[in-house]
Amino acid sequence: MKILIKHGTIITRDKTETNRDILIENGRISRIGEGINEAADLVIDATGLAVLPGLVDAHCHLRDPGYEYKEDIRTGSMSAAKGGFTSIACMPNTNPVIDNESIVRTIMDKASREGVVNIYPIGAITKGLEGNELSEMGSMKEAGIVAVSDDGRPVMQASVMKKALIYANGFGLTVISHCEDLNLAEGGSMNEGETCTRLGLHGIPSAAEDVMVSREIILSEYTGMPVHIAHVSTRGSVEMIRQAKKRGVRVTAETCPHYFTLTEKACEGYNTNAKMNPPLRTQEDVDAVIEGLRDGTIDIIATDHAPHHFDEKNVEFELAPNGIVGFETALPLALTYLVKPGILTMNQLVDKMSAKPAEILKINKGDIRTGADADLVLVNLNEEYIIDPDEFLCKSKNTPFGGFRVCGRVKYTFVGGKIVYNDK
Amino acid sequence: MKLRSKDLLGLEHLEPDEINLILDMAKDMKKIVQSNMKRVNYLQGRSVITLFYENSTRTRVSFELAAKYMGAHAVNVSVSTSSVAKGETLIDTGKTLDVMGSDIVVIRHSQPGAPHLLAKHINASVINAGDGMHEHPTQALLDMFTMQEAKGGLEGLTVAIIGDIMHSRVARSNIIGLGKMGAKVRVFAPATLLPIGIENMGCQICSSLEEAISDADVIMGLRIQKERLKKALIPSTEEYARFFGLDVHHLAAAKKDVLVMHPGPVNRGVEMTSLLIDSDQSKINEQVTNGVAVRMALLYLLAGREEH
Repeated sequence: MKILIKHGTIITRDKTETNRDILIENGRISRIGEGINEAADLVIDATGLAVLPGLVDAHCHLRDPGYEYKEDIRTGSMSAAKGGFTSIACMPNTNPVIDNESIVRTIMDKASREGVVNIYPIGAITKGLEGNELSEMGSMKEAGIVAVSDDGRPVMQASVMKKALIYANGFGLTVISHCEDLNLAEGGSMNEGETCTRLGLHGIPSAAEDVMVSREIILSEYTGMPVHIAHVSTRGSVEMIRQAKKRGVRVTAETCPHYFTLTEKACEGYNTNAKMNPPLRTQEDVDAVIEGLRDGTIDIIATDHAPHHFDEKNVEFELAPNGIVGFETALPLALTYLVKPGILTMNQLVDKMSAKPAEILKINKGDIRTGADADLVLVNLNEEYIIDPDEFLCKSKNTPFGGFRVCGRVKYTFVGGKIVYNDK
Repeated sequence: MKLRSKDLLGLEHLEPDEINLILDMAKDMKKIVQSNMKRVNYLQGRSVITLFYENSTRTRVSFELAAKYMGAHAVNVSVSTSSVAKGETLIDTGKTLDVMGSDIVVIRHSQPGAPHLLAKHINASVINAGDGMHEHPTQALLDMFTMQEAKGGLEGLTVAIIGDIMHSRVARSNIIGLGKMGAKVRVFAPATLLPIGIENMGCQICSSLEEAISDADVIMGLRIQKERLKKALIPSTEEYARFFGLDVHHLAAAKKDVLVMHPGPVNRGVEMTSLLIDSDQSKINEQVTNGVAVRMALLYLLAGREEH
């Protein structure tokens, strides 16, 4: 099957080229140029559309196996495709936990049958996410994992994290750290501060994140091993990562759209769709995260897509699970809140949502060039609309962004030259 | 005039004129409580359910008596024997009570915001009888009633709240309510028991007991719970009593006619000495009587909303 995309504006991390044609053959990009005239099975007029390398999400939860009532590989990947993501890395807090080779193979197998985008499992750092013994990272790597993380639960013992960094690096695996000191968090449910005091909720101090980020930086510096900090949400974390990078520490960092768009005030009225971990912070933290994105301290934007069933969120605030869905809102939020105000250029955004996450996961994605997999997303950058959770392809609708006016709508998503999403 | 909302979820949502309405009506209700004929038919044919997810003696009994004195059907839902133990959600429990014909559901819950969730999903009026560390509006109303009765008004009063502000829904509701009525609230607590940003709710943080009490019209103690020790918030109840406990000699710094209040139950010798609790200045028992009167007024105003 030959597909010809005509007159698109190709935007990669390095350059922007207008009025380009892209020819796709056998799932790969075979030619890029102006005025390609070749008979194709399908010709798509991309006039007025941006053609980006398919987005890469280094942090999501597909809930499969174990929690298919929230999401499964099929719906999760369809939701990703609608959001412009062509490669997604899913966290291991499934049931059973992704902590051994056989479960990785089970997921890879199901992903190849039911997934519409590329799915890369992330293995657990420790067996059962319990924070004690290392999981069989080497065997899981052979089966297909791209990184390790105990996401959702921090590795509380510094000695275990130190060994995890060293062992994982021996297999070329990135360690992704969920930074939260559970002793400081004390089972809280939102950011500690004025709003929390007013609502009478138990608070999670920003120090709970900062203390762990500082530990990971120290361990990375001491061992010389790389570490990736998940979902950065505090000013303190941003500042420490910035300083560490200046010293040459091998630390990379991600944040999520909710940390550059929302503050703790979104929790008012006990809105459980604004409950996540780390919690939404203050305006000062939001400003710091934005500055971190601008100056490159924060390398990538991930979704932390975390579906939960309506019933689970329709309860008392402290009893509701943490997390919000993110695939279908990430790109428009980034375009609206980062590109539109001039904080990031389009090329920088493509870097943070495609090229760089691919680099961190060490997958050969995130670029548009001859010979590359035809993982592409066509976006109308100027289309404005109001987010309606009922339109999500995701099984769950837990989002605080319903009713937000955003710009940028995905029109087509290609994975390996196949159209996996088409906005009609 | 009537209350604007079908529910009483917190002082946060009450306007000063609504607070005055409740306090004025409570005056008449108090006469009923103190009479030999504690039975009127204002709420005849109405049903009031007390849905308590936390242990309580005085608040639950106070609401039940208030409902019964007014002629309503009063039913207590005990959590241990209810379907809650079987894992039913709050909303489902609420809906069940709703369709049985309850007019008012009084809820106490350890979860902040639980009454708000319930109120969104049922037609009956919801009264918050304490939700976690958030609010306890009827306690603040009865405290304000007690102050007003003794002092003739609330505006300009200086109220010192001493104790575990962090975990206290009583403190939060009083800070909000008294602020709305023009009183000045001071707080004093072990620094670990002062929540971040409490001053922005409209109170002044004091750095000593003397500063808090100086020229105060009202001194309110708050209950300190033993479990605060386990969380390393205070070292011992003995040390708490030594630096934060109230005794009769403290009254010298306050106004001569200062009122001593406590939402109860009191740990004698910890928050306050027995001498102070049983002193002439103490309004602790009066508060309990007033609680019934204030709750009668509130039940009447909520149940009668549509008929006005």
